[in-house]
Amino acid sequence: MPLSRLSSPFLSGTNRVTLQMLQLLLALVPAVIGIVYFFGPSVLITMTLAIVVALLTEALMLKLRNRPLKPFLTDGSAIVTAVLLAIALPPLAPWWLVTIGILFAIIFAKHLYGGLGYNPFNPAMVAYVVLLISFPLEMTTWLPVTTLSEHPLDFASAFQVIFTGQISSGVAIDALSGATPLDTMKTHIGLLQTPAEIIQQPLFGLFGGKGWEWINGLFIVGGLYLIYRRVISWHIPVAMIASLATISAITWFISPEITGSPLFHLLSGGTMLGAFFIATDPITASTTVKGRIVFGAGVGLLTYIIRVWGGYPDGVAFAVLLMNMMVPLIDYYTQPKVYGAKQ
Amino acid sequence: MTDKLSSFPGGLVLDGQKRRSTQTPIRQIPLSKKLILPLQQHIGEASAPIVEIGDRVLKGQKIARAEGHVSVYLHAPSSGVITAIDEQPIPHPSGLSALCITIETDGEDRWIEHKGSADFRQLTEHDIRHQIREAGIVGLGGAGFPSFIKLNPGVHHHIETLVLNGVECEPYITCDDMLMRERADGILDGIEIMIFALRVKHCIIAIEDNKAEAIAAVEAALSQRPKLQNTKVVAIPTRYPAGSEKQLIQVLTGKQVPSGGLPIDLSIVCHNVGTSYAIGRAINHGEPLISRIVTVTGTDVKHAGNFETLFGTPMDEVLAFCETKHQPGEPFILGGPMMGYNLSGVNLPVTKTANCILVGVDNAAPASKPLPCIRCGECATACPVSLLPQQLYWHARAKDLEKTQDYNLFDCIECGCCSYVCPSKIPLVHYFRFAKTEIMNQQQETLKADNARIRHDNRQQRQEAEKKEKEERQRQRKAALAATKAAKEKEAAEKANNPDNVENN
Repeated sequence: MPLSRLSSPFLSGTNRVTLQMLQLLLALVPAVIGIVYFFGPSVLITMTLAIVVALLTEALMLKLRNRPLKPFLTDGSAIVTAVLLAIALPPLAPWWLVTIGILFAIIFAKHLYGGLGYNPFNPAMVAYVVLLISFPLEMTTWLPVTTLSEHPLDFASAFQVIFTGQISSGVAIDALSGATPLDTMKTHIGLLQTPAEIIQQPLFGLFGGKGWEWINGLFIVGGLYLIYRRVISWHIPVAMIASLATISAITWFISPEITGSPLFHLLSGGTMLGAFFIATDPITASTTVKGRIVFGAGVGLLTYIIRVWGGYPDGVAFAVLLMNMMVPLIDYYTQPKVYGAKQ
Repeated sequence: MTDKLSSFPGGLVLDGQKRRSTQTPIRQIPLSKKLILPLQQHIGEASAPIVEIGDRVLKGQKIARAEGHVSVYLHAPSSGVITAIDEQPIPHPSGLSALCITIETDGEDRWIEHKGSADFRQLTEHDIRHQIREAGIVGLGGAGFPSFIKLNPGVHHHIETLVLNGVECEPYITCDDMLMRERADGILDGIEIMIFALRVKHCIIAIEDNKAEAIAAVEAALSQRPKLQNTKVVAIPTRYPAGSEKQLIQVLTGKQVPSGGLPIDLSIVCHNVGTSYAIGRAINHGEPLISRIVTVTGTDVKHAGNFETLFGTPMDEVLAFCETKHQPGEPFILGGPMMGYNLSGVNLPVTKTANCILVGVDNAAPASKPLPCIRCGECATACPVSLLPQQLYWHARAKDLEKTQDYNLFDCIECGCCSYVCPSKIPLVHYFRFAKTEIMNQQQETLKADNARIRHDNRQQRQEAEKKEKEERQRQRKAALAATKAAKEKEAAEKANNPDNVENN
């Protein structure tokens, strides 16, 4: 028997990086189905484009850095980055927006820091923020669920919009698109309407944005699967959801005129995507148990602050990046007490 | 001590693979023509030979004496002639050679005259410890620390509880399991002696709950011994590494042995069940430690099982007897798959600490290059000592040795849980061993350098002092010279000033 290892342990568990990435992708399936249902099939086109560009960029960077292609192309991390960014982008995001985002994520946020395992910031969120700052118009133009129900967008026309910016059916894209519920909430509060009035608009559903609330629910389903399969631990999502719920409940109770209900915040925008799939990215999150709770709580709090008082309608991406910066500090001060250490 | 069990953080539930080697009773490995006995089979100082080449020895005869305090005697496992006292390859991960005594056996297997005590309670505690040392008994759980030392609480400690470790948490190994099944009475003999020597009140025999037969056998034997009414069997949950001394104490008491301390700081002494059996044989029957039970198992072994094996028996003969796919010179594992080490060499002898010879494992760690750490933290979750293996790995790889100590490197028990769960398949423990060795080497270097510097400083001071002394002497001599010169001059001057006086006289 040829021994593979120089020293013990000679046994190894079944856990693999690739396996974790595959399970993560599997957990995203319900939410993607939800997105297709509410916002049309364009997300599938965006996703395919993102994956192809991500793998090509990854291969190019590995080549430039003299790293072996096979282990790193098959680890699944580039695909996960691509899929997460595709989900976070507006449904009809043009092809060049997707491409620029992926190039930035893989080249700058990942490989210039040393590739898999060495990036301090979540690549998908870095790309998202870069696009949001550089192309605010394209990044905030969403397809409201309501107009879609009037003008359903089939696969072919979605393809056409993404790659040519045109649509053949004679409908102007501007007529199709609109602001997100979170965006609407923010602008209308700025116009001195109360949240109670605002949510009467057709854009809003039972708890959050119409469609958005269901998609958020489907992210929870996927997230619970990940916790069950022990791909992620419960600490970050629970801490993030709890802190967002607490701060929004307190503010809502004190001054309901400036903000939506806690449920609105939990089930709108990227809350659940962030809680279960973005903030839990092991490479960029805190690694100690206590640290994960601090990290998650920080993401929840910053998300809320940016949403209500910041300049952008959603704050998950910024919140995650800001907390990414805090990770070394959090990890240092939350080390567990070692066996036999003095009380 | 409460009845309620506690637990340790992390750990693993592993596939035990124990049934492989528990299907047959303990058998005997045939007497080898040649027995090779390393002089160091224990922690501490190597024993010193007291025989010469050509001497005839009997089974159980002393062939090397304890040298220094932390050391024990060594005995001939069978009768024969001493044919060599020289360097031989020993079963050590370094692959080094060490001084060994080689006996060519005569096949008669003739015992030296020996006799045990009819009633050990007539002996003093000191006598018992002395006899245990003379019988060459060391911890048979794997560490090989001389047992007599752990039976001496000293004047500063009072021992409350004796813990008998029959946990055997490593997969594949079953030598303690089979010993408890077949020789429970012998283990209890040893326990009685240890309770007497340590003057303890309570004794706990801890056995993992996946060993139902062993638990039943020990309990049955215990029920026949009214004298051991304060001894009880405690079945503990099967979770690796529950058999590690510190983790076992945590499970049994909920307390933690202080970092850098010993169980004795919690008024606890821990011994392996095999050691207890050996102590019983030594005191009650006068038999020194000349053999042990070795588990031979693995996916490449045809006749796996447990074997009473004389020390010095070449492992190749043991492997051949069990019909393995192993070819001479190929590597195999000594010890368990989680903490053992791989050996490759011919004629490596079975020693006092050789509990298992393992050839072939399921779910072997892959040989491929590890992926980078993705900081998933699974290692920290699995660590029974609550270390942060990934931070340790980061600093060990960067050779930032100071930082590794900040992250409590030396509290690592090298159980292997972190490496086992790592999704990137990083051999974490390998890095930690490397860092530990580096630090210890550095400390030795600094110690040497410090000594050299102190010697140098002392020499300079000495030279300085000598120089000063010399100068002082010179100065004094000069002064004296000057004084006499001055006096002479004065005298001469006086004479010159008063020539009349002279003339007048």
